[in-house]
Amino acid sequence: MTKHKQIRIALRNCGVIDPQAIGEYIARDGYQALATCLTKMTPEEVIDQIKKSGLRGRGGGGFPTGLKFEITRKSVSDQKYVVCNADEGDPGAFMDRSILEGDPHSVIEAMAICGYCIGADKGLVYIRAEYPLAIERLKIALEQAREMGLLGKNIFNTGFSFDIELRYGAGAFVCGEETALIHSMEGLRGEPTFKPPFPSVSGYLGKPTNVNNVETFANIPVIINKGAGWFSAIGTEKSKGTKVFALAGKINNVGLIEVPMGTTLREVIYEIGGGIRNGKKFKAVQTGGPSGGCLTEKHLDTPIDYDNLIAAGSMMGSGGMIVMDEDNCMVAVAKFYLDFTVDESCGKCAPCRIGNKRLYELLDKITQGKATMEDISNLKNLCTVIRDASLCGLGQTSSNPVLSTLDNFYDEYIGHVVDHKCAAGQCKALMKYVVIDENCVGCTACARNCPVNAISGEKKQVHFIHQDICIKCGACYDRCKFNAIEIQ
Amino acid sequence: MLKVTIDNKTVEVAPGTSILDAAAKVGIQIPTLCYLNLHDLNIENKPAGCRICVVEVEGRRNLAPACATDCADGMKINTHSIRVLNTRKTVMELILSDHPFDCLVCAKSGKCDLQKMAQDLGIREIRYQGEQSHYREDTSPAIIRDVDKCIMCRRCEMMCNEVQTVGVLSGVNRGFEAVVAPAFEMNLDHSECTYCGQCVAVCPTAALTEVDHTYKVIEALADPTKVVVVQTAPAVRAALGEEFGLEPGTLVTGKMVAALRQLGFNYVFDTDFAADLTIMEEGTELLTRLNKYLAGDTNANLPILTSCCPGWVNFFEHHFPELKDIPSTARSPQQMFGPIAKNYFADKIGIKREDMIVVSIMPCLAKKYECSREEFKVNGDPDVNYSVSTRELANLIKLANIDFHNLDEDDFDQPLGESTGAGVIFGTTGGVIEAAVRTAYEVHTGKTLEKVDFEQLRGMEGVRSASVDFNGLELKIGIAHGLGNARKLLEEIKAGTSQYHAIEIMACPGGCIGGGGQPLHHGDSSILKARAQALYREDAGKAIRKSHENPFIKELYEKFLGKPNSHKAHELLHTHYFDKSNQITIE
Amino acid sequence: MTKINSPEDLLRMKEEFAGRLNPVYSPDDLTAPVRIRVAMATCGIASGAREVMDYLTEELEKRSIQATVTRVGCMGYCYAEPTIEVTLPGKEPVVFGEVDIRKADQIIEKFIRLGEPVDGIIPLNYESIDK
Repeated sequence: MTKHKQIRIALRNCGVIDPQAIGEYIARDGYQALATCLTKMTPEEVIDQIKKSGLRGRGGGGFPTGLKFEITRKSVSDQKYVVCNADEGDPGAFMDRSILEGDPHSVIEAMAICGYCIGADKGLVYIRAEYPLAIERLKIALEQAREMGLLGKNIFNTGFSFDIELRYGAGAFVCGEETALIHSMEGLRGEPTFKPPFPSVSGYLGKPTNVNNVETFANIPVIINKGAGWFSAIGTEKSKGTKVFALAGKINNVGLIEVPMGTTLREVIYEIGGGIRNGKKFKAVQTGGPSGGCLTEKHLDTPIDYDNLIAAGSMMGSGGMIVMDEDNCMVAVAKFYLDFTVDESCGKCAPCRIGNKRLYELLDKITQGKATMEDISNLKNLCTVIRDASLCGLGQTSSNPVLSTLDNFYDEYIGHVVDHKCAAGQCKALMKYVVIDENCVGCTACARNCPVNAISGEKKQVHFIHQDICIKCGACYDRCKFNAIEIQ
Repeated sequence: MLKVTIDNKTVEVAPGTSILDAAAKVGIQIPTLCYLNLHDLNIENKPAGCRICVVEVEGRRNLAPACATDCADGMKINTHSIRVLNTRKTVMELILSDHPFDCLVCAKSGKCDLQKMAQDLGIREIRYQGEQSHYREDTSPAIIRDVDKCIMCRRCEMMCNEVQTVGVLSGVNRGFEAVVAPAFEMNLDHSECTYCGQCVAVCPTAALTEVDHTYKVIEALADPTKVVVVQTAPAVRAALGEEFGLEPGTLVTGKMVAALRQLGFNYVFDTDFAADLTIMEEGTELLTRLNKYLAGDTNANLPILTSCCPGWVNFFEHHFPELKDIPSTARSPQQMFGPIAKNYFADKIGIKREDMIVVSIMPCLAKKYECSREEFKVNGDPDVNYSVSTRELANLIKLANIDFHNLDEDDFDQPLGESTGAGVIFGTTGGVIEAAVRTAYEVHTGKTLEKVDFEQLRGMEGVRSASVDFNGLELKIGIAHGLGNARKLLEEIKAGTSQYHAIEIMACPGGCIGGGGQPLHHGDSSILKARAQALYREDAGKAIRKSHENPFIKELYEKFLGKPNSHKAHELLHTHYFDKSNQITIE
Repeated sequence: MTKINSPEDLLRMKEEFAGRLNPVYSPDDLTAPVRIRVAMATCGIASGAREVMDYLTEELEKRSIQATVTRVGCMGYCYAEPTIEVTLPGKEPVVFGEVDIRKADQIIEKFIRLGEPVDGIIPLNYESIDK
């Protein structure tokens, strides 16, 4: 039994070492794994260790990392590439940024190990230009590694050479999709292409390319140093190791956490997160970003791993975890994510380009209280079609926030449509300020302060708010000293 | 071989076969929208973007686009399950929900792939309505972009970039605002566009159409003070019939002439005549350069490149300005015809230049731009006033209530209507150089050419090379159609590795028969082949098949021009080229 | 910088730097420095960690307290940025949250000088893989 719920593997050095001092990384077993791989192991043995560790891609897809290395190794080519996907773009997610800012060498070391495994001498980090500090620290780390001979030609005198270049993303979420990322690195329009062929077979410049994300790489040196057995003892049957989450939303201890796979949501939210802010009631937690879904009370004791989250209608995603309380309207939450997807769709395929726009418009109509039950059935159909027919992962998962809220909070949707009410009180169009006749003393303060003259009433008489004029600014509510105005 | 089951039919296919092709083998036509495959020309567009061709593959989570998914052994595919049909219908509704609803007045109505697909899928209502995207309209001398109608099929982008390597059109913006446009959404006439019109030829909707001069022609015909002369390009006669429901490859030369006469043109002439004239000028230039070369002159300027294609001229002016002294200076047949009509012929019938209007019927959109070039005007009066496409001619004929099918065949007027078989084959790839060889051989060797058919110069391969025995001298000839193929030969010239004496280049795949102004082929490349065959048939049926034997050409030189490449010929029939590499402006 | 040409070179380096990273001091050693780490990821800097780090560096020198102040990455306590970790010689590290200049002054005067507790201590909540 461990004392704490968290185990820091990927984050082992974050907050511990100076990211700009390679010596501190080396002091904590840095580059030890690379030395072991290059001097004591064949590439096949390294791949075997990673396969045995059970490590799966931490970028969201969960593809077995060792298998990906193996496929790329087996692709025959004169040139191969290792690519680190640091285009972290989920709203509220900052795991990769934290690793790159706190421990850049762990990623560099792992990329070199990957290069050794697949037979590549060149690595590229595709990093968002909006991460200037991560870029700066990565650049310093690369320079230091080169100076010490840990990158470059003939590393550890073994004949193995490897170096890394940076490529900057220009702020497109879809470029986190690996084929779009590769096109962007090639200087082409950042849009995905149909797979197969997978990058492992034909990637950057048409050459076999192993693409993994920052957190996946950060785990690899530990697996080599401590052994696959040590790593696979942590986690669940099909999901090994830990996962870093960016815990955000209506929770007391917002932060970056790393928990073993199989930890329950309850443990994360109440024990690590310290519960819901201001004593409010827990309503849902959104995982997987715009591709994920909402989990509710009934999922609180579900162990978190790749498969359980999918079974629950969400997904692991890259690790964003946003907690919602009773004040969050779930239709508005779905609309928020769709707004993001509409902005970030590349526009290549019709279901994603137009479908998500229409999905957003339907959700907007619902939050305005103008939708009908027919709209709800159209909404469901549209979600299914976008999921079934879109070209890449972005479109295939973009309707998840809607589908999972429809599943778990159908009543809220119906409330908006049939009763024209937003239970959480978040949808402005459905709010109504009304005078409580018993409390009104006719002081006229509300009427005098209404910017649109929507309130009528004589002095010392009960006042009345004309709903067709009211703009719901709340000025009357704030001015009334007699609690005579309520929000319905 | 792989075994797959499609709608309960089993079919064996080779690895690498798409579901779409496998289905076609067992008579299952999966609908497609963005997909385009011109097999014989090696042109394929499959961005898997429209998602109309989705099918259900057993064991697969989502639906698979049939055009881009390869068959795997044992695959079980359903092309019309309720899930597939509902998805297809919904996706179509989505596409239509962001498309203007002006079919009744749209230039593409009746020929629109999107409209046809909506009908095929039985769309009767659009459940998903909302904001529509709007873009600025862009009109150039030849092509109109009405981007509101773009459905992001990317066919034009594929043509412009991969086939033509011009690189003007590509996807810009993202999400709902994504659209195909020149960089920075600037106008076409501020870009390196060659006006080849291949984007227009493959556009499924009216997002890209030609600038329509139909009414300008009608106005000219109605003006009693003008003599209106028309010239028809070789490739038009092999394709015009398609607009009236005739089989591709049907020759309608006689009916076309009759229709033009009925439309009210005072003289119906043939660009083929000017093609013969081009051979006289260009062929003489070839022989002059060749003789210099044979005499050991290192500045002989070989290979000589043909210059009759205006899209190609635009291409090298923008992309290879350093090679601008290599192409022949001979104007294109359209632009040779203009000054001959407005000088020689106007004199002959005793009218002034300004009282004559010259209209050309062309398979081409770049011709619209060509006739607007300043160097082809005299005091602001263009040598050719209006260039209209084959499609526009069909509209003119329909507007004039002419029953095309029941027209009696008619002959061109003289003298500018007489042509040889050599002029006719200008309309297909390899034709210009074959015509040139027929004449150059006889002039160079002084012998009569026994066999005028040069099979080695014909075909649909993108880049072809052949040699012709000029009485001991092996004349090496290169042929390219499609600007991407042209680029390969130009790079060789730049690198100094070109082995050719003469090169024919046509901007459009297939040559003029596949021009941007021709009836739409909707992705069927057999149509292009049928048109080429038609031209070779017309050539074979001609009594005279060598340009220099055209009696009216001889007369023109005797009475007016003197000799080929004479001072007068240079003044009227030759041109010069410009370096346009720096003429791209960003608004 | 010295080149590392073999696993042995790397081990030597490791030993050399390990001593510097986590030096062991006796509580009685009056010359032993206080070790301070400031979480300086984007999130920390945005909430004022740079000012705190500059303040600590300057003030500790001014007040003649032997100390090393280093920059580290994110400690994970986003709700309490800026966060710093203070290790007194021979003691376990202590993490403080929401450290502004006033708090930093308190930490110097009360916690470092006098060994008295100061508000805002964040309890360690994770297992390290070091053992």
